[in-house]
Amino acid sequence: MTQTVRQPLQVGKVGEVVRRADAPPKVKGEFAYASDAVVPGMLWGHTLRSPHSHARIVSVDISEALTMPGVHAVLTHEDVPGQKTYGLEFPDQPVLAIDRVLYYGEPVALVGAEHPEQARRAAEKIRVVYEPLEPVSDMERATRQPDLHPAKPTRGHGYREDDRPNVVRHMEIHHGDTAAAGDVSVSGYYEIGIQDQAFLGPESGLAVPDGEGGVDIYVATQWLHVDRAQVAPCLGLPLAQVRIHLAGVGGAFGGREDLSMQVHGALLALHTNRPVKIVYNREESFTGHVHRHPARIWAEHRATRDGRLVNVRMRILLDGGAYASSSTAVASNAASFAVGPYETPNALIESTAVYTNNPPCGAMRGFGAVQTAFAAEAQMDKLAAALEIDPVELRLLNALKTGDVLPTGQTITGSMPVAECIRAAAALEPPAPEALPRDVIRLPGGAGNTTNGDGVRRGVGFAVGFKNIAYSEGFDDYTAARVRLLADGSAEVHCAAAEVGQGVTGVMLQVARTELGIDDVRLAPHQTATVDSSGSASASRLTWMVAGAVRDACRAALEEQARRPGEEVDVERIYRHPRTTPLDPETGQITGERAHVAFATCAMKVVAEVDVDLGLTRVVWIGAAQDVGKAVNPQQVEGQIEGGTAQGLGLALMEEIQTRGGLITNASFTDYLIPTALDMPPVESVLIEDPEPDAPYGVKGVGEPPTVVSTAAIVSALRAATGRELARVPVRPDDICL
Amino acid sequence: MRITVEINGEEHQADCWEGESLLFALREKLGFPGSKNACEQGECGSCSVLLDGTLVCACLVLAAQADGHEVTTVEGLADGEELHPVQQAFVEAGAVQCGFCTPGLVVATADLLRRNPDPSDDEIREALSGNLCRCTGYAKIFDAVHAAAART
Repeated sequence: MTQTVRQPLQVGKVGEVVRRADAPPKVKGEFAYASDAVVPGMLWGHTLRSPHSHARIVSVDISEALTMPGVHAVLTHEDVPGQKTYGLEFPDQPVLAIDRVLYYGEPVALVGAEHPEQARRAAEKIRVVYEPLEPVSDMERATRQPDLHPAKPTRGHGYREDDRPNVVRHMEIHHGDTAAAGDVSVSGYYEIGIQDQAFLGPESGLAVPDGEGGVDIYVATQWLHVDRAQVAPCLGLPLAQVRIHLAGVGGAFGGREDLSMQVHGALLALHTNRPVKIVYNREESFTGHVHRHPARIWAEHRATRDGRLVNVRMRILLDGGAYASSSTAVASNAASFAVGPYETPNALIESTAVYTNNPPCGAMRGFGAVQTAFAAEAQMDKLAAALEIDPVELRLLNALKTGDVLPTGQTITGSMPVAECIRAAAALEPPAPEALPRDVIRLPGGAGNTTNGDGVRRGVGFAVGFKNIAYSEGFDDYTAARVRLLADGSAEVHCAAAEVGQGVTGVMLQVARTELGIDDVRLAPHQTATVDSSGSASASRLTWMVAGAVRDACRAALEEQARRPGEEVDVERIYRHPRTTPLDPETGQITGERAHVAFATCAMKVVAEVDVDLGLTRVVWIGAAQDVGKAVNPQQVEGQIEGGTAQGLGLALMEEIQTRGGLITNASFTDYLIPTALDMPPVESVLIEDPEPDAPYGVKGVGEPPTVVSTAAIVSALRAATGRELARVPVRPDDICL
Repeated sequence: MRITVEINGEEHQADCWEGESLLFALREKLGFPGSKNACEQGECGSCSVLLDGTLVCACLVLAAQADGHEVTTVEGLADGEELHPVQQAFVEAGAVQCGFCTPGLVVATADLLRRNPDPSDDEIREALSGNLCRCTGYAKIFDAVHAAAART
């Protein structure tokens, strides 16, 4: 049931290429993922979900379901013993629907049965009478339609007052003279579709009652302690009676920040006094987690004749869907990074997240900066064309550097090698155009054998993106680590940081070996019971934060050992990054020294081919230069760049959840396409190591910047190939047929 | 119904409901959870196994269909503690992140190299295009396949 008990010996210090300790069990099929758990006497849970995006619940009748074979429990909101609602930041979401449903797939009832098929069949016998209501399905109309959350759960948290219906958060950044005019102006309207994290390991977990009223939950998640903080009140239990254990995680990308089966599994387990396993199937997974916010963005860039930005004006609208999740922070992040890594003396940025009856949106890799980077970089290309300046030169001319001031008024004090990233990416030499005829695999359309290459045009694109590292705006962001030095000379590290595939366990081991000067270091199981919170595996924060926490705990342990030679040592330390403060709710300006901790940049050059007769694309080659601070394990950093780039390619070319009146119509990998081995080109990476002065070893998180920029860079290449504006992603065949 | 399947060279039996997939039987009833349940509709390849030597998605095969047949899963590739060359190459190349796709990719790669010991880049990409990976962007997986080919 538990995993990561004892890691094999693996030499490697910070900065070295180290093979992952979890790779051997993973390649052998022995690594225990959340969906692999099997215990004696285990029941299977199934969730009955709403077929409507907006409806009143007239009645729920579970009587027939209770009589179905193998069924041990059928639960509704009436069976939630504690708080009926929960939420990552605002408790606006019912554990089980009470008198209405606000999105397609919202949980309504639970079944626990001997076999998963019995649970599914019993769920079909639950009679729910709905009165369908008109869905709020358009993000622009939402602020003029009836309030889905009349109690306004996000009000009173220090945000700008906004009385319009369905506003989750509205913020404005007023920087300099917001009316300042330039010599030239370019404008555009941009749209970004709704993207799914599409992690391969579906939501799953096992809840085990402890026989004393408490429960152990083994789950794939991103933040154990914040799960516990949400689960325990819903169960009506003190924190100590809810123990969350990290089970093997099959990818996350933001989609496991919010709860999925945690409360549901625990409710069934405590009700039946049996272990209960819940595993979503792929269709259910599309409704089982939040997605990347779809966005509409209106932008105007004003510049001098010689290419200096004078004023950037942007209005950003984000569809948060039915519940708040992390929409308030996404709206703020989108605004903070709207201009891109460029200096502008003046800016007016408005960012609004709204409630609708569309699928709930929250965290996904890039967190608001992906959407605005797509718009801002398209604007930079437009500006370069209007000024007849080389697009790379225009970006260099405006590149942010240490000492510059952001639109929030924050002066950049840390590392900011934007120009270095731009120069390094621009210097990468793409492969020469390939001659025709060639193997169809190397043509747009690939094995479909759709073209002989006549209508194929080649384009080269360029873009730059950046975002923040770690949590911002005054959040008390910390990570705890506990180090035990044992009598046999080995060491054990306890940290609740979620290994979601990104390799954070390797960071912990490398830091501990570096600090302790020994190789025999192992990781204890990740759980809430034995160590304080690590914070989330989010926001490109965990490498920095665990490096700080493990380093400090190791150093404290060595000091303790020096004081008490020969004895075992057990110390826990909490690490905090430099403190941030909120943005002023009226002006979006900093209220202290900084609203964001630090920044990371990625510049990307892309070669793409487009068959302009058939509307097919082939991304040929990608070159990336990323500001990584200090690469803890260069091989893993490259892996993050390659994988992050692939997710941006998906958004550029193929990935979009389709909805009709809020109902998802493509909840499968047959209809929601993610990049395959045939879609991904080679990615050439340059790691720019400019140590971050505030971070341990100078590290920066590396997961998000490639995703922030790659969508923009790929579409830039498609524009170069087609001459089309391409203001919407994913780009559709009709958009690029000439 | 009771099925008898030879898994990784050893005979196993399980009682199955007629509607259960081979994947479900392997994972939940036969003690072979290495094959993964990412889509359960034949799109992602995470459950790839060899059925009588042919690469299949275990989610698309009924458990009952495997009755009396031979199945090789990811658990059957390594020789004790000694990794299969494909597994070793995946570890060394950094081709594993979350690892949920890895068992399927390892089985599919072993099958590819058995059929084609020295595949080109394009042949690798086509052969593995039925195995989705969401973490790596595939680059290090391609490196691993080349490294394994050089070693076998």
